[in-house]
Amino acid sequence: MIEDLFPLLLTRYNYYMAVIIMMIGLYAMIAKSNLVKKIIGLNIFQTAIFLFYISIADVRGGTAPILIEGSNALYVNPVPHVLILTAIVVSVSTTAVALSLVIRIHREYRTVEEEDLMRMEGGSG
Amino acid sequence: MEPLESPVPFIAILVPFCAAALILLSYRRRRLIEAYSLLASILTFALVLILLPRVMEGSEVTWSVLKLLPGANLGLHVDAFGLIFALTSSSLWIVSSLYSIGYMNAHDGHNLARFYAAFAIAIASALAVAMAANLFTLFIFYEILTISTYPLVVHEGTEEAMRAGRKYLAYLLTAGVFLLLSLLFTQHLAGGNEFTSGGILAGHATDFIVRILFLTFLIGFAKAAWMPLHSWLPTAMVAPTPVSALLHAVAVVKAGAFGMMRVICYIFGLELASAAGLNMALILIASVTILVSSFFALAQDNLKRRLAYSTIGQLSYILLGVALLTPQGIAGALLHIPFHAYMKITLFFTAGCILVSTGLENISEMKGIGRRMPLTMGAFTLGAIGVCGFPPLCGFFSKLLLAEGSVEAGAIPVLLVLLSSSVLNAAYFFPIIRTAFLDDPAEELRGRKEAPVLVLIPSLATALLSLLMGLYPAFPFLELATMAVRALAGGP
Amino acid sequence: MMEHLPVLVVIIPLIGAYTSLVGGWVDRRYAFPIAFINILTQFTAALLLTVRVMQEGVVRYNLGDWLPPWGIEYVVDRLNIYVLLILLFLSLLCCAYSKRSIGMEIEERKHTGFYTIFLLLVAGVTGITVTGDIFNLYVFLEISSLAAYTLVSSGRGGKGLVAGFNYLVMGSVSACFILLGIGHLYMLTGTLNMADLARVLPPLYTSTTLHTAFVFFIVGLSIKTALFPLHLWLPDAYTHAPSTVSALLSTVVSKMGVYATIRILFSVFTVEFVVGYFPVMEFLSWLAAIAIIAGSLLAIAQRDLKRMLAYSSVGQMGYILLGVGMVNQLAMTGGILHMLNHAVMKGCLFMVAGAFIFRTGFRRIDDLKGMGKRMPWTSAALVIGALSMIGIPPTVGFMSKWYLALGAIEAGQWVFLAVILASSLLSAVYFWRLLEYVYFREGEGGVEGGTGDVPLPMLIPMLVLAAACLLFGIFVSIPLSLIDPVAESLLGGV
Repeated sequence: MIEDLFPLLLTRYNYYMAVIIMMIGLYAMIAKSNLVKKIIGLNIFQTAIFLFYISIADVRGGTAPILIEGSNALYVNPVPHVLILTAIVVSVSTTAVALSLVIRIHREYRTVEEEDLMRMEGGSG
Repeated sequence: MEPLESPVPFIAILVPFCAAALILLSYRRRRLIEAYSLLASILTFALVLILLPRVMEGSEVTWSVLKLLPGANLGLHVDAFGLIFALTSSSLWIVSSLYSIGYMNAHDGHNLARFYAAFAIAIASALAVAMAANLFTLFIFYEILTISTYPLVVHEGTEEAMRAGRKYLAYLLTAGVFLLLSLLFTQHLAGGNEFTSGGILAGHATDFIVRILFLTFLIGFAKAAWMPLHSWLPTAMVAPTPVSALLHAVAVVKAGAFGMMRVICYIFGLELASAAGLNMALILIASVTILVSSFFALAQDNLKRRLAYSTIGQLSYILLGVALLTPQGIAGALLHIPFHAYMKITLFFTAGCILVSTGLENISEMKGIGRRMPLTMGAFTLGAIGVCGFPPLCGFFSKLLLAEGSVEAGAIPVLLVLLSSSVLNAAYFFPIIRTAFLDDPAEELRGRKEAPVLVLIPSLATALLSLLMGLYPAFPFLELATMAVRALAGGP
Repeated sequence: MMEHLPVLVVIIPLIGAYTSLVGGWVDRRYAFPIAFINILTQFTAALLLTVRVMQEGVVRYNLGDWLPPWGIEYVVDRLNIYVLLILLFLSLLCCAYSKRSIGMEIEERKHTGFYTIFLLLVAGVTGITVTGDIFNLYVFLEISSLAAYTLVSSGRGGKGLVAGFNYLVMGSVSACFILLGIGHLYMLTGTLNMADLARVLPPLYTSTTLHTAFVFFIVGLSIKTALFPLHLWLPDAYTHAPSTVSALLSTVVSKMGVYATIRILFSVFTVEFVVGYFPVMEFLSWLAAIAIIAGSLLAIAQRDLKRMLAYSSVGQMGYILLGVGMVNQLAMTGGILHMLNHAVMKGCLFMVAGAFIFRTGFRRIDDLKGMGKRMPWTSAALVIGALSMIGIPPTVGFMSKWYLALGAIEAGQWVFLAVILASSLLSAVYFWRLLEYVYFREGEGGVEGGTGDVPLPMLIPMLVLAAACLLFGIFVSIPLSLIDPVAESLLGGV
């Protein structure tokens, strides 16, 4: 069992790294009271997924997928890259919307702390 | 004879629905509303009457409205069995429309459009229950009946009325859920739900399942107000009198009793019902209800509540009759639907007359009222005698048939129940009559006169009708009942 | 033109979003008519597409002529077109309703932006329904979700903002899970085309990676559909959004989540997998049953009309998922039928709530005394919607209840049968309380805000939906004729 674990850890470390980063992001989203920090957590979470995608696209010894006449080089899989470009766009827009909401919340309540907001909302009914 | 396809039953149901729409649209014009209501009642009755000769000839009228869901059609089918109930409700709608007009005028009614519209929808649903070709159609209109009578129960808008309304819904909507459950199981077991003479469940389910199903059906038809699921009915008496009279003595409660009869005769089938021992359970429940409700009635001082408990007992006569599973018993039960309706509506009408002209609701305050309002109390006396089952009123005949049925079935305890119930009925009605005629009138009643003509005439009319039907019971109800029983037995 | 219909239904609102932005920039009044005409055109295109689907069975369209599985393929079958018609019908009515209703709720300078985002949302949900590519589905899901977050917080006051923010956080997490699920699937198979996935997956049904992917999908989609207990974002979002948006969220946005769930469960993973290899349906059904009861109980506890409707939506989503989760034809038909029914009735009810707020500013149920007289047409729509929610025949609500209950009997699931029947009694409790206030309690006269019904542009969509509650109930064979073969094909003859 133990001797199996070592190569497993070694060969699949990209997954574990992705999971660890994801958990850091999730932690920030849940534990932080500041709304901006929550957004940062969300970004970290999303970035973990991007890294995960990019790492599965990797082919050992592969090169950039640019077709050159006559060359039979090993290419990495380009499709996840393309997908992740789209996902990054999505992520950027989400962040933009979230930040603009935070700005408006700040204008309205003069705070970006969730605890204060909950207290104020509870007070006003 | 081949069943006749005709849209007449459908139109008869459509008329009150359209009337309801018209009434709601012209909610500001009181006279117009009243005219619509009266016209619709007459038109509906005429349409039902058109069906009568057809059915008397032995032909049945069907009309398939539409296929709603696979295996569940909306269809109408008029046979002698259903026509009895249809005739009863539609004919009494005319008198109670008149009565409502008089009653609401005297009471300075509010929200009249809502009142008359809901009334019309309730009658339409009762008619549809009577003429349903299958359990699905019956269920749909049974539910609409519940919903449409709610605004009538809470019409007064007082806190008491709201509470009564909530209780009413709690009972009847729960019942509706149980009926839906039974319907779904019937559909699942038998693969259909058309009413078929001889039943559709035989051979599709074990005795155990049949018994469970019977129980859920019984709870589903809580509108028949059998004990212990009766307490919504006395509570619903907070409604205006025309509502109590037509809906809570005829249309709603008899929809329950009628539905139970339909289900026993046309879904379970008489053979299966007796093989699974369903009749014994029903006989027990009905007998207990008949006796216990009479005692409850004795304890009521509020006239309408006493009448309500009397209704509970009389409804169980119908259940008892069908539970006997003999031709005479079923005929008696069928006859009891119109006969009890005419007599009980008279009693409620007169209770309303007293309320309109004196404002009294409690029996103890009605001392000597018969001397001030002789016509009203005369009608009341006729109705009371009839409900007790004394000749020459029509109540005598249905009870006679029920008694014959119980002898036929060899159920002597049932006979005893019937007899003792008549005595008990007399025990709670005669004190009222004695008080009304023999006691000296109270001071407050000085100068009080008969009720307004519009409420008095319907009361007298129904009283006379119950007398006439007692003298000439054959046409049309006895004949229809005999035909229905013959059809059930598989004869021509 | 006809062969490009599948892509046209997505492109029309996308173009519309920018035209309405430009139009609104020229003059603010142009934004609404442009948006409305756009959705109307789109609805017409969807109807034409329906004709084609009825003739051809399945309509396929290769985007940019790239052949699947490399290119993105749009696939329209009966399920898609059914959902598409519901979504567009409701969007159309919500759009019409919004013209007057947003007047009070959203600042006037934002109206142009409102319609632009509205159209983007419509484009997103349309895309979800027509696409046959799983990554494309994710992108559209995010387009519509982003639009939804923005719309929720577009109203005045701060509560909508906070609700929108929480919705955004939950929604983004759910999207991340779905993205992870897609990643695992791609890692395993190297394809993103749904039909292709369904073809290559069966030999891999025992693979742990596939199971991981599946769990990611289930969790992500459960958040999107607000399946209890992952519904926490929903009540605030529905309550504090402008009324049009509440109606739109409860009908259009929630349905797209359900549609995505059904697609992924049955068209990507097949019924064989979700029943045999990874028995999740039983679990989902139980969650759905709990959602139905919990949603109804929480609705009973509410005093705010829109919040009550929101909790009732949690229960109603449970209805749909329960129908899907019981994995038999009757229940599945019931669940799919309930997508239409819930859209029609909840749309109607949220519009009614919006009309009350528009006219009187009242949100609390206790304040609605005597509305039956003051706003007769609005209240009439409320009655029909409420009866339908309770499931009184012959309204639409009864029809799906019928199928679901029959399905439960067929599956021998007595607990679910009890839940289905009991929930109609529970909804009777909270809707009846509402009707009691509206009709049978006299209001204190002379309340500010005037009397009379709302203006016609708000009243007509409401009444159309109320009429639909009745008409689709009585003529339920019309939607059934469209979805009848759907359950069978989804279940693959099981």
